[in-house]
Amino acid sequence: MSVLQTLRAGLADKSITASALLDAALARVTEATPLNALITESFVQARAAATSIDAGAHASGALAGLPMAHKDVFCTNGVRTTSGSKMLGNFVPPYSATIVQRLEQAGAISLGKTNMDEFAMGSSTEHSAFGACLNPWGSATNKRVPGGSSGGSAALVAARALPFTTASDTGGSIRQPAAFCGVTGIKPSYGRVSRYGMIAYASSLDQAGVIAESAADCALVLQQMAGFDALDSTSVDVEVPDYLAAINAGPGKLRIGVPRLDPRMDQVGGVQAGVLAAINQSLKLLEAQGHTLVDIDLKFSDVAVAAYYVIAPCEASSNLSRFDGVRYGHRAENCKTLVELYERSRSEGFGAEVQRRILIGSYALSAGYFDAYYLRAQKVRRLIANAYAEAFTQVDVIATPTAPTVAFGIGSTLQDPLAQYLADVFTVGVNLAGLPAISVPCGLSDDLPVGLQLITPGFTEAKLLALAHQYQQHSDFHRLLPPGYSAFPTTAKALLS
Amino acid sequence: MSISADAVRHIAQLSRLQIQQAAMPQLQQDLNAVLGLFEQLAAIDVSEVAPLFHPGDPSLRLRIDTVTEIDQRAAFQALAAEVSADLYLVPKVLEAPLPAANNP
Repeated sequence: MSVLQTLRAGLADKSITASALLDAALARVTEATPLNALITESFVQARAAATSIDAGAHASGALAGLPMAHKDVFCTNGVRTTSGSKMLGNFVPPYSATIVQRLEQAGAISLGKTNMDEFAMGSSTEHSAFGACLNPWGSATNKRVPGGSSGGSAALVAARALPFTTASDTGGSIRQPAAFCGVTGIKPSYGRVSRYGMIAYASSLDQAGVIAESAADCALVLQQMAGFDALDSTSVDVEVPDYLAAINAGPGKLRIGVPRLDPRMDQVGGVQAGVLAAINQSLKLLEAQGHTLVDIDLKFSDVAVAAYYVIAPCEASSNLSRFDGVRYGHRAENCKTLVELYERSRSEGFGAEVQRRILIGSYALSAGYFDAYYLRAQKVRRLIANAYAEAFTQVDVIATPTAPTVAFGIGSTLQDPLAQYLADVFTVGVNLAGLPAISVPCGLSDDLPVGLQLITPGFTEAKLLALAHQYQQHSDFHRLLPPGYSAFPTTAKALLS
Repeated sequence: MSISADAVRHIAQLSRLQIQQAAMPQLQQDLNAVLGLFEQLAAIDVSEVAPLFHPGDPSLRLRIDTVTEIDQRAAFQALAAEVSADLYLVPKVLEAPLPAANNP
């Protein structure tokens, strides 16, 4: 049984209580403080919630009593929500995101907000106004990034401080940190999970998802998050299948497409040999389960990064124009004019990477460049989406590395923003096309985790989860612990120790 | 193609951002590196391709014609730095009041 399934069973038969479970989680989160993964605590509210659940509240909730944390991109009523930015350093939302409400109704207990790259812009969680987050797989002498932007969410699950966290993915921000931290992360189809109350980065690409130890636990949580929401105009009104039933039924025999690695990978120094070895081993494991591997040519995957880094900054420059120092957020002091108020509030409130992306977006949208950059990128986006659709006429699933490397060293890419952008080569196409994808741990390279990315057609998360679950039933990579960390306690005895 | 310091300043002004002079050379270099990446797009023939602005159905759903918003002015204005008489305060835009003759 998975961690969440074991905990649910213990809570149901009353061998453990929500309060004891929360105490254990709080102790483990506190122990993980050096990772700088949690930037806002809501321990008092969490204790009250645990007490009420032990008294019978949310008795039928699928996640009743399970401790977790939200990525700080989701608005939480009464709990500071910063999106990792000084701009929102004092922002306490008067409402909660739909997924926050849904998980609360299911009885999940949030004990705080996780660190992230500012406004979800980054792949390392070094671009946070609250300082860099660390990967538990690193060490004091060999500090590694947890990936990003959902680095805090991935690090807390990897450290087994919490059994699951929420996260968001605009160009790989769930999958890449999940890969770097050796945990499982699912990015659902665009429109599957409500974006209401999720602070926008690039609205046509952003999607909320889950990070947990296993695909089974992701399934359990996604079940509660997914589904139509009238408050999000891009939410898709289609039925949400029973994900647990799907993973128990199994994926059947699938054709798994393996794209030939594109030549432009040389730009990032290619895929690391250790990463390739782990991926090839995992493909063999899938083949041994009766699936068929098919070589495919995923056209235009070589230009997905270029298209993404036009489109996402354009949408960001528009979305972030709302931060003006007037209605909420950081406001510069002693401004003489309205323009000075805007300019100083934004320059003081936004970090360097966010300012860079706003400038790129404004440039690509400005007169004279709109056609050459923005419009052209959106046309290339259609070619990329068509290429996936064409591939899915030949295969059921596409498998790639989640990232070309294992977790890189803290500070190693900060001087070269482009190098960090190029490392998103395997993840951004999925967002451009709106597809679901999952990253599952598939081995170690240089003692650091490697992630296998599985991609399926839109709104087939059930198949995706079933395949990932089958993989995890025949491998133990998702149970590997970072050196010095222990498994999350699931029994009454373990909770006390 | 490369972006000049003047162009960066213009874009910064459009973006309502102040760029410190000392940060300009590095910023210009970073932006040029990213624009270099964009050149990959120029090599692709998109003459017959319609743009894809959104992965989902772009048509807007109609909502039921009922009032769903409630008055939350107090909650929202509590978040602002300066509010007076239910109004958000900003530095004066007009230098002086209009002459009386213009106010019939």
